[in-house]
Parts: sequence; C-alpha cells; structure tokens
Amino acid sequence: MSSPLLDIQNLHVAFSTREGLVEAVRGIDLKLAPGGTLAVVGESGSGKSVTAYAVTQLLDRAARIPKGRILFRGEDITRADPARMKALRGAAISMVFQSPRTALNPIRSIGLQVMDAIAAHENLPKAVLRARALELLEAVRIRDADKRFDAYPAELSGGMCQRVMIAMAIACNPSLLIADEPTTGLDVTTQKTVMDLIAGLTAERGMALVLITHDLGLAASYCRDVMVMQQGRVVEAAPAVDIFRHPSHPYTRRLVAASPTPTSTVEELVGEAPRAPRATPRDPRDARVLLDVSNIVKRFDSTLAVEDVSLTLKAGESLGLVGESGSGKSTLSRIVCRLADADGGRIMFDGVDIGAIPLRTFHDSPWRREIQIVFQDPHESLNPRFTAFECIARPVRRLAKLTDAAQVKRRVEEVAERCGLSRDLLTRFPHQLSGGQKARIGIARAIAVEPRLLVLDEPTAALDVSVQAVVLKLLDDLRHDEGLSFLFVSHDLNVVRMMCERTIVMRHGRIVEEGESHALFRNPQAAYTRDLLGAIPHFEPVQTATA
Amino acid sequence: MSATLRHAGWVLRGNPVTAGAAAGALMLVTIAILAPWITPYDPIASNVPAALQPPSAAHWAGTDQLGRDIFSRLIAATRLDLGIAVSAVLLSFVAGATIGALCGYAGGRIDRYVGRLVDVLMAFPLFVLAMALVAALGNRVENIVIATALINLPFYIRFARAEVNVRRHAGWVEAARAGGESHVTIVLAYLLPNILPAMAVQISLNLGWAILNAAGLSFLGLGVQAPTPEWGIMVAEGARFIGNGQWWLVAFPGLALMLAVLCFNLLGDGLRDILDPRMRT
Amino acid sequence: MSTLLNIGRRVGRHLLASLPALFGVVLFTFLLMRVLPGDPAAFFASGPNAGQAEMAQIRETMGLDRPIPEQFLRYVGDLARGNLGQSMTTGQPVMADLAERMPASLELTLFALVLALALALPLGIVAALRPNSLIDHGVRFLCTLGVCVPTFVTGLLLIYVFYYLLGLAPDPTGRIDIFAAPPPGITGFLLVDFLLVGDLAGWKAAFGQLILPACTMALFVLAPLARMTRASLLAVLGSDFIRTARSVGMSDWRVVVVYALRNALLPVLTIIGIVFSTMLGANVLVEKVFSWPGIGSYALDALLASDYAPVQGFVLLIAVIFVMVNLTIDVLYGIVDPRISLK
Repeated sequence: MSSPLLDIQNLHVAFSTREGLVEAVRGIDLKLAPGGTLAVVGESGSGKSVTAYAVTQLLDRAARIPKGRILFRGEDITRADPARMKALRGAAISMVFQSPRTALNPIRSIGLQVMDAIAAHENLPKAVLRARALELLEAVRIRDADKRFDAYPAELSGGMCQRVMIAMAIACNPSLLIADEPTTGLDVTTQKTVMDLIAGLTAERGMALVLITHDLGLAASYCRDVMVMQQGRVVEAAPAVDIFRHPSHPYTRRLVAASPTPTSTVEELVGEAPRAPRATPRDPRDARVLLDVSNIVKRFDSTLAVEDVSLTLKAGESLGLVGESGSGKSTLSRIVCRLADADGGRIMFDGVDIGAIPLRTFHDSPWRREIQIVFQDPHESLNPRFTAFECIARPVRRLAKLTDAAQVKRRVEEVAERCGLSRDLLTRFPHQLSGGQKARIGIARAIAVEPRLLVLDEPTAALDVSVQAVVLKLLDDLRHDEGLSFLFVSHDLNVVRMMCERTIVMRHGRIVEEGESHALFRNPQAAYTRDLLGAIPHFEPVQTATA
Repeated sequence: MSATLRHAGWVLRGNPVTAGAAAGALMLVTIAILAPWITPYDPIASNVPAALQPPSAAHWAGTDQLGRDIFSRLIAATRLDLGIAVSAVLLSFVAGATIGALCGYAGGRIDRYVGRLVDVLMAFPLFVLAMALVAALGNRVENIVIATALINLPFYIRFARAEVNVRRHAGWVEAARAGGESHVTIVLAYLLPNILPAMAVQISLNLGWAILNAAGLSFLGLGVQAPTPEWGIMVAEGARFIGNGQWWLVAFPGLALMLAVLCFNLLGDGLRDILDPRMRT
Repeated sequence: MSTLLNIGRRVGRHLLASLPALFGVVLFTFLLMRVLPGDPAAFFASGPNAGQAEMAQIRETMGLDRPIPEQFLRYVGDLARGNLGQSMTTGQPVMADLAERMPASLELTLFALVLALALALPLGIVAALRPNSLIDHGVRFLCTLGVCVPTFVTGLLLIYVFYYLLGLAPDPTGRIDIFAAPPPGITGFLLVDFLLVGDLAGWKAAFGQLILPACTMALFVLAPLARMTRASLLAVLGSDFIRTARSVGMSDWRVVVVYALRNALLPVLTIIGIVFSTMLGANVLVEKVFSWPGIGSYALDALLASDYAPVQGFVLLIAVIFVMVNLTIDVLYGIVDPRISLK
C-alpha cells in the first residue's frame, strides 16, 4: 500500500456528560489510500459519525481526544491549530452531512453559498466566483443552474439541497470527501441519484470517499472497503465482497443476516432456519372480505393527498402499502384507522359502513377495538407520563371493558409476554426503555384489545436493522398465531415483500400497481415500480446458515 | 412521590441558584402568610414626630413622612402584593391553559382565529390595556387582579396552544384515540400533564411580571389606595422626597419589589433549565 | 423592482390584517365609555344642581338617548373626522392635546430604544460568542437584574444619584428648563429642533433633561433585548448550516457575520416590536416620575380626574402607533428573511 491519505491510529474520543466521561470511540484504526472508497457501517451509538467529526475537528465542545493520532497525508492533525484546520477543511477534506435541508443557510441563496465555499480558499473576483459556482451546480446536475442560482434552500427538494451541499464540498477539489449518512431521510429513488452522483464525482476527480452509513446495502454498492463498528470499536474491516460473503465476526454476521434482501424471509433475518410452511387455518383467498375501502379522496388545503383509492383486505390477509414520501400512504392508513376523515369515499368494515360513524364519536363505537394501529416512531408513540403498564392497560379498560384490576393486570402481562417484554419492564417509563422495547409496547398496546385489523404505519422505520429484524419476526408470528389482518405501510420494499401476501404501490396519492407480492416484485408492470425496485441498494450475501 | 421529591432534591443540589430562588420564594410566601403577626410596628398608625427618620436600629428601613415604620409596612405589603400576583396568575393560568389546550387540540378555523387574536393582543402595549381596564372597571383591588389576569391571559393561551399543537399528532395522542379515549380525557389526562412542567416555568416567570404590573398600577394611583401598605404606593409616596436625599422611602420598597421578582424569575429560569437543558439561555 | 412590489403587497396585506385589531380597539374604547360608572351627561352639566330638563337636553345633543349601535356608529363617524371629543381638564379638543404632547413621548421612546439597542446588541453578541466566559456571566447577571427592577424605581434611584448626590443632572421635571426658551416647533423633537436652529446650549440642556428618563427606559428593555440576542445567536451558532460553513473552511469572521448574525437577528426583530410596545406602556410610569409632558402623563392625569375622552384618545393613538410599528417590523423582516416573500 502506498502511503495512506488518511491514517487513524488507536483513536479514542470521549464526551464529558452529566454522568461523567463517556467514551464514544474506543481505539479505532483506519487506513485509506488516495482515491480509495471506504464505508464505515454501524448502528446508532457505534461511534461512526463521531470518528468522522474527529477527523475534521467539528466535534462539539464537550468532546475530547484523550488518545490516538489522526494522520492526513502524513501530517498529524489530531490537535492541529484552528488556522491549519481551516486551511484543510474544504480545500483538502470536505464533508457532506445528513438532513440537507438544515445543512444549508436558509436565508442565503444557494449560488452565494457555493460561492462562499470557493471564496473560503481562493481569492477570486466576484465574476469568476460566480462562473465557478455555476459550473459546480451544473456538475452536480442541477437543471437550469443559472435560474436556480438565486433560489433559497426552502425552494428546493431535499435531494436538490443535498446536491448543493455536494457542490460546496467539492468546490475546492479536496482529496478526501466524508459523507455522513448523506441519504438518510431521502426517498429511495433520490437516494440512488445522490449516491450515484457522489460516487461518480469522487471517482472522476480522484477523491477518496469515506461513506458513513447504517445501511449495509448502500455500503456494499458504493464502496470497495467496509469497516463495521460496534460500540466505538471496529469489529471487522475487509473488502466489501468478503464482508458480505464471509462475515467473520458474529456481530457482522448478525447484521448481514438482519438486512432484508430481495430473497430473505423473516426467519432468516433473525438467523432462524426457515420454518416449514405454516398450516394456515384457511386459505386467505377463500376468506371473506374484512375491509372494503372504495374511492377514498383526501385534500389538504388545495392539494390532493389521496386521490380515489380503493382497496380490499380479506380476513387473515396482510396487505402492503408501499410508496415514497408524499405518496399518501400514511394519510390513507390514518383514514382507514378512523383517526382522520376522508373527503370522499366509503370504508366498509365487516359489512358495516364505519366511515359513516362521525370521527367525533368513533372512540365510543364498538368498532374502535376492532381496528388498531402501530405507529412509526416508537419514541413518539408512548405517553411520556405513563408507565409501560399503563400504556397497555388503558385501552384494555376502555375498549375490552375489563374493570377488575386483577383481570386487567393478567391481560396486560399476558400480552406483554406475548410481545417478548419481561414483567419488570412494565413499571418503567418510556424514557427508561430502548427503542426496540418501546416498539414492542406499541405492538402490545395495539393487540391487547384483540383487534381484527392491525394497521402498521412504518413500524420499524426508526429502528436499527437488527432490532427491526426481531420486531418483524414478532409481528409475523403474531399475525399467524392470532389470525390478524395487517395493513402494512412501508417505504421499504424488501420488508413489505416478506411481510405481505399482496402489495399496493402508491405514488402522488394514487395506486400505481397492485398484485400478489411475489409476482409484483419478480415482474413489476408499472415503470415506477421498476424504478423503485431498481433503486434499492443490493448486495447478495451467500446464505450464512452453514457458517 | 418520594422518588419525585428525591429527584427534586438532587436537581436543586446541582443548581444552587435555583435552590436559592426557591428558598427565597418560599420565604416570601411565609412572610405573606405570617405578616399580621410579625410586623414590629403597626404599619398604618402614623407617628408624625418620628417622620422621615433614616434607617436605624429601631427602624431598620427608616420611617416615612407620617412616621410609619417602613420595614413593618414592607412586611404588611408582601401579603397584598403576592396575593394580587398569585390570584391574577392563577386566574389567567386556569382560564388560559384550558382555552389554549382546547383550541390547540381542536385545531381548525376557531383555533386559527384565536391564535391570530392572541398574537395581536400580545404585541399590544398591555400595560396601557391594564390601565384602561382599571379605569373602566373601577379603582379597586379586585379590578387590579382582574386587569392583571386579563393581560396575562394571551400568554397562557398562546403557550398552551403551541404546546398542545406540537403534540396533537404525536403517536401517543393518536394511540389514545385508537385506544378509545374520549377527547376530554385526552386533553385532560394526556396532554395537560405533559405540558404542565413547561407551564410551571411560565407561571413562575409570570408571577414576577404580575408583581411589577400591579405595583406599577398602584404607583400611578390606580387600584390600591393609601394608606394601605403596598410596595408600589410606598414608592409613589416616597418619590416626593427623593430630591431631598431621603432615599430610603423609595429604595426599600424598590428592593422588596426587586427581590420578589428576582426570586420568581430565577426560579422560572431554573425550572426551564432543569426541564430542558437545550433552552438554557 | 419586484422586491419593492413585494413589500408594497405585504404592507397592504398587513394593513388589511390589522383592521380587525383596530376595530377591536375602537369597540373597546367605546365600551369603556359606556361601562364607566356614572352618567356622562352629569359631567357636562353646568353644575351639581342642573335640572332634569338640562340633563335631558345634554343627553340629546350627545346622542346618549339613542340605541347603542347607533351611538357606536356616531362614535366611529366622529373618529373618522378626527374628532376625539373634548378634554374636561384642559378644555381643549383631545386631538389637539395629543398632537401637542406626542413629540415629547416619541422623542423619549425612540431615543431610549436606540440607546437600548446600541447597548444590548453588542452585549448579547459578545456573550454568545464566548459562552460561559466572565463577560457572558456578567451579561446574564445584568439581564436578570434588569427585568427585576421596576422602571419607576430605577428612575427615582437615578434621580437620587445623578441629581441629588452628584449634581450632574438638572432638576428632573419636564423636557426643558422652565426659564429656557423652547426652540421653534419644527419637528417637535427638541434635540432635532435645537440642532436645526443651531442652538447648542439649548440642545445640551434638552439632552440633559432627556438622558435620565431615556436611560431609565433603556435599562428596562435592555434585558430582554440582550437576552434574546444572546439566545438566538447561540442557537444559530449551534445549527447545522454553521457546521456546514465551518466544514468548507470559511473564516470565523464570515461564519459569524454573514451566516450567523443575519439569521440570529430575525427573532431579535420580532422582540423589538414587543419591546417597543412595552415601552409605550412604561412611558406612562417614566413620564410620571420625570414629569415629562407626554401623552402618557396626559392620559394618566385625565384618568385620575375621571376625564375619559383623553383616555380613549390615548388608547386609540397607542393602537395606531402599535400598528405602524408592527408594519415597520414586518417589512424589515421581509427584507431580512427571503422565505417570507416566497409564501
């Protein structure tokens, strides 16, 4: 290996917090050759972002580097003075951040911001700066760059903002680009264009790339080398091909297994042998229709969020609702759940027009307990003032009409156990629980009243992939054991394919395609579905069951 | 409950300023309650031969133009000033939190109108409004309370409304609806307890403001009338003598006002820091 | 050009939006008169022994015997013609009284606002740039104390120190020495008028009278302004786009001035509007302490004498000023924040 561009040796980063010094990074080593591409992969709390910020000295005030060295082109920059770092940042090392909308100055035009980035290192006349900035905006494929030059970030989409951010980062041709979760929060098709852009530009200009991500697929698709981090340590570092084919560390193995692929099953995610086909009590195809939704329309101000959507769901069936942000899938799920009113259309549940029951009194109707919902963000879906027990018990008292305290207690404990929650967790408040535990409580609360239909609104979107795997397994088991019907809303096509027999693809409030999941994924009919499927970052791990 | 107390104790040990402010506020309340029994002199009886004496061992804060002991009058006034402030803030808190929470939860057109109205009211010179209200309702103590409560009302409505609004579509509120809770239960048992800590901050800060406001009105001769001991009136009466160098007539009631407001403000700031370290200013 | 057009449109929209607020104030002042204790006719009658016939006649000429809605319409009509009624204490039309005293109040308030801003902005900025430094703690201490001392106490203590103890300030009554000749009323602002006629001695005297009340008022609003400047600058400095600016190697000066300050000023601008209206209220207190011949003390004297027409006029005038101030703030906000005009 020629002399490395970036050489991190035994780096430690600690934060002083109320509970004392907390080590976020505990001795990592990293080498990156000029022009190399490296993905740093890990779940939340692994220290992957902290490492990146340590390199550029953009850590916040509470952080210290007690041990270790960071060499850049052989120069020790661990404790370089601010002036030296300022000269390096942007000119030699650049960063692209997550949440591009907030990463740009909201009240300065994007053109000026790119000009500022160039002017930080090169003393040029205004006209030249402007021409250079325009070139950069064109290089990141912003259409009509001269017209958009004076636009403000609020006028651009998230993907566009990220392109501007990339333009700023590469403005002075740095030799290292660090991208910190550059596509988190972006839709999957936007993610693909942004990542293709980053990969293309860095290759074209000979920049080295460090991609920090939680997404194994993304790492495998865009980087030659992968480094997996867990709790501040490197557990495995190897070429991407090897890591996915033969993960050697148990954590990597678990992580690879837990990442959904186009062929994986729910059992494989949690590392269980595929189960024998279930003896389904009855074939859902013969079952009667449980939910019949027709011609739903929903407007927000003047824009149509849901436009004439119809769907049916049979008893015991699981229906997937897939789409990108703004597709209307979440709005539709709230309407079906009778948490929001539609502006038109009919909702028949088990032959009864529940859409006709006014929203104001629906909580008192006997149908309330039949349709329950699990929300997207487990951190947001529990009342911070209630214990886990109270969260589950309240609907039991209200809807299942259990009044006897002992009976309620028994029911809550039963459901909690069913969802894999130990009894001592029930006395805790939400802030004392992990994300996975909160997700389980959210599920327990929903199934505690024995509904027939469970609406799942991106139930795992906020969870780390290994936690997602176990939650998905839990949901799948529950459905088969309790005979529930699912309306499963998600942006993740692989997850929907595993969880649902049928899938509906939505875009701009309309249904684009609908069909049996396996057929739809194998042979998508609509162009948009094909785009969606094509945009998923792929890797093909060899089955690890034998390992 | 004991866990909450233990937590409060732990927090106060880490915030000595807040602990001091809390102790000060507690002392003020104690003085207000015990006022009639702990004044060294009669706060109203005049003693003209002893008029305008500077602070001494006998009269810690000196005497006023009628020879009344200023220290005794300060103590006696604590009850009235705190009483006005507390009852005004309590009134506006109860009314404002309820209106605000209901509007914020209901949303829709009424909520928008209320929101706009409150925004306009808040930016209006509220002290002028209070003056006009006292003028309209009559020059009495009750009306000072009502005027102070009314001009505080928009703050609470706005605050409760904003706090409820950000939580209205939170998963746990929607979950409560899916769990069959009635709207009233959701507002009272779910939302209000969650916004209460933040409201406590507002209440504390507002108490200081209400004290200043009531004292200001009395200073102008509205509301409380002489010879009732009240900090604002005491300053107003002392104002005539400041040009002759008799500073204690103004300085001590001024100091009392300042300390009272300081206690509640620091307490409010401390509570805010404890509740949300990010909002530390 | 389009910016100008945009501003024009915003001014128009804002004026329209403030109409309901103004209407509310008019209604309020009307009701104020209606609910006031006592019979207005009794005030205008020739004396306590006025006969029934005389009272009835007064009622008729004043329109008090008409139904309330009609009286309200008449009231609005009077307002539209600039007729705010008569003051019983001065015997003058309220409109004339207010016009005469207005410059005194405005001069004091504006001078105090400028003074407060000139102090508060730098203090807040320095405190935010060096959080937890000695300066920061000093500013925080000052701010905490500043909001706790009532204006009328500050004013009196300033008089005690600068007039009684040090003898630096003149007798704290009025805008001008009673023996000094006032300048010709050009703008009504004494400082400006003295300068215009080139009377430097007069200017100095007027300045001496103005500085104590202005300081009193400035001290009162210093705290919220400095506090808001500090808080908003701190928040902006911690935001993502500042990190971005640093990550491309921009100089500290550019990061602070171009990126942070402009964003931080937005909430400060909002606060200035609220501060100004607080000052309009505090005016009454300060004017009383310094016997300042402004609209505040005029309204207060009238109020204490149960002379309600001036009070009504005062409240209405304050409402109009308030609308103008908010309009100005709104336009400034639109200039600083491009996002507003996007909507």
